[in-house]
Amino acid sequence: MYADTVIGDKLIRKPRFLLGLLAVAFIAFFTFNMADTIIGEFLRPVIGEPKESGLFGRSAAALVLAILFVGNLFVISLFPIKVQIGIVWLQLLLLFMAFFYSFDLKFSFIQSKIGFMITQGLFTTLYISAVSIMIASVIAIVGAVAKLSNNGVAFAIASFYTSLFRGLPLLMQVFLIYMGLPQIGYVIDAVPAGIIALSLCYGAYMTEIFRAGIQSIPRGQWEASRSQGFKFGLTMRRIILPQAVPLIIPPTGNQFIAMLKDSSLVSVIGVWELMFLARTLGQKEFRHMEMLITAALIYWCLTMVLEVIQSRIEKHYRQKGAR
Amino acid sequence: MSQNNQKPASDNLVISMEGVSKWFGEFQVLKDINLSVRQGERIVICGPSGSGKSTLIRCLNRLEAHQEGTIRVDGIEMHERMKNIDEVRQDIGMVFQHFNLFPHMTVLENCMAGPNWVRGVPKAEAKERAMAMLTRVKIPEQADKYPSQLSGGQQQRVAIARSLCMEPKVMLFDEPTSALDPEMVAEVLDTMVGLAESGMTMICVTHEMGFARKVGDLVVFMDEGKIVERNNPTDFFDNPQSERTKLFLSQILSH
Repeated sequence: MYADTVIGDKLIRKPRFLLGLLAVAFIAFFTFNMADTIIGEFLRPVIGEPKESGLFGRSAAALVLAILFVGNLFVISLFPIKVQIGIVWLQLLLLFMAFFYSFDLKFSFIQSKIGFMITQGLFTTLYISAVSIMIASVIAIVGAVAKLSNNGVAFAIASFYTSLFRGLPLLMQVFLIYMGLPQIGYVIDAVPAGIIALSLCYGAYMTEIFRAGIQSIPRGQWEASRSQGFKFGLTMRRIILPQAVPLIIPPTGNQFIAMLKDSSLVSVIGVWELMFLARTLGQKEFRHMEMLITAALIYWCLTMVLEVIQSRIEKHYRQKGAR
Repeated sequence: MSQNNQKPASDNLVISMEGVSKWFGEFQVLKDINLSVRQGERIVICGPSGSGKSTLIRCLNRLEAHQEGTIRVDGIEMHERMKNIDEVRQDIGMVFQHFNLFPHMTVLENCMAGPNWVRGVPKAEAKERAMAMLTRVKIPEQADKYPSQLSGGQQQRVAIARSLCMEPKVMLFDEPTSALDPEMVAEVLDTMVGLAESGMTMICVTHEMGFARKVGDLVVFMDEGKIVERNNPTDFFDNPQSERTKLFLSQILSH
């Protein structure tokens, strides 16, 4: 985004803004009656028994929290921007962790299951997603070329396909493929069924990404290539796609990250991936939260790693494009 | 001018257009065009914008399709059912207004691609030929750079070298200097003059009247899809026949 070159007064330094923020925070905390929480315990010397403190206790708790909140923001604003980002991330993370911690989790249970969740669950999730994104990319190239061609049959098939698979919920596609194929006499295992569903669904989305990427290459590139006598396939392979791929990669990376999480949908047909294990491992001992939170954190870490990889790849192609 | 004109005209006709008409939807862009180009001839096509001159030159390698009349290039008729369009195009070099170099390939790779991929020239030989052509357009030292690292004039000279590497029978120039900064026009025109002197058959859509005068065998003036006037450069500039030509010349030469 464009950063302004003239720096105005910071909003956070304006008393009117601070007071306004304080008021909003107060109302918010007042609404959710904080006197019953740990804050009320801290304020016991002032407000007496929290449960019986009534409006006074409720207001006092809300005021203390609102002042802490605004004061925190004010202090953060004194630091350079990088430090600000770090502090805010850390605080949000701590709040998030506190939220998880409040479930009274049994960590020994997590410890005993996490190994299997990673070796079996994470591995299956990654492998299903990776195979699916590769098949989806191939489908997308073919679909994009078909959609751009002036062959009526090819265009019709491609547009019907994208319309259908973008129009149905992925969960329904998973069921339809897993339970529908046996109806026509072809019994299919859960893993291939999941891969087929993910590939077809994401292939449909990526067809549009690839089509847009190919179309964004200027007409002059086609003309220069064809006027030298390069045939269509050669032009596509050596001239158009090498230029379109750098444009296609960032949105494809997004699709891969999205697919990684959507692969949890194939747990409904019994594939032993992360989501499936999170539900079944917890069930036996009524430790649902432990397993769900563990799986959630694994998904999150994985996504962060992929985001870093994606930004590296983007940077690589940006440098290539800038030369 | 030279020895080519002494040969009988019929057996070295590189391009012939007979009664060519073309429409974009309802709008007729080319009206009954007749033009023949013999080997070694240099034709300059000029005219106001929208007169159909670019469309005409693009019909010659069938980047555009014409609807009426016949176009023959090196004796082969260009029509919508032709099977060998790619082979024919290999013999027709084209230089575009916006260069259209391949940005993901180095200058050298741009020049090697055609001979290597479709002419079947081995890599080493294609490289040798590319370096020779880059030397001819006076930028062999830029061979390993990418097009975006070059100035407009250099890019256009690479584009010319790229076409020459295919050893074409005829070169088409579609306003090759129109997108250039003024001080880069000269280097491209010098290259084109050098090419003309080597005997290349050339068809140039351009407004560079100095170039037309210097190397043109024939200047063709178009307006509203028709060829209004054609003449040798001296008579065309000094003694134009039609009122439209006089008006056009007075406008482009008055500054």
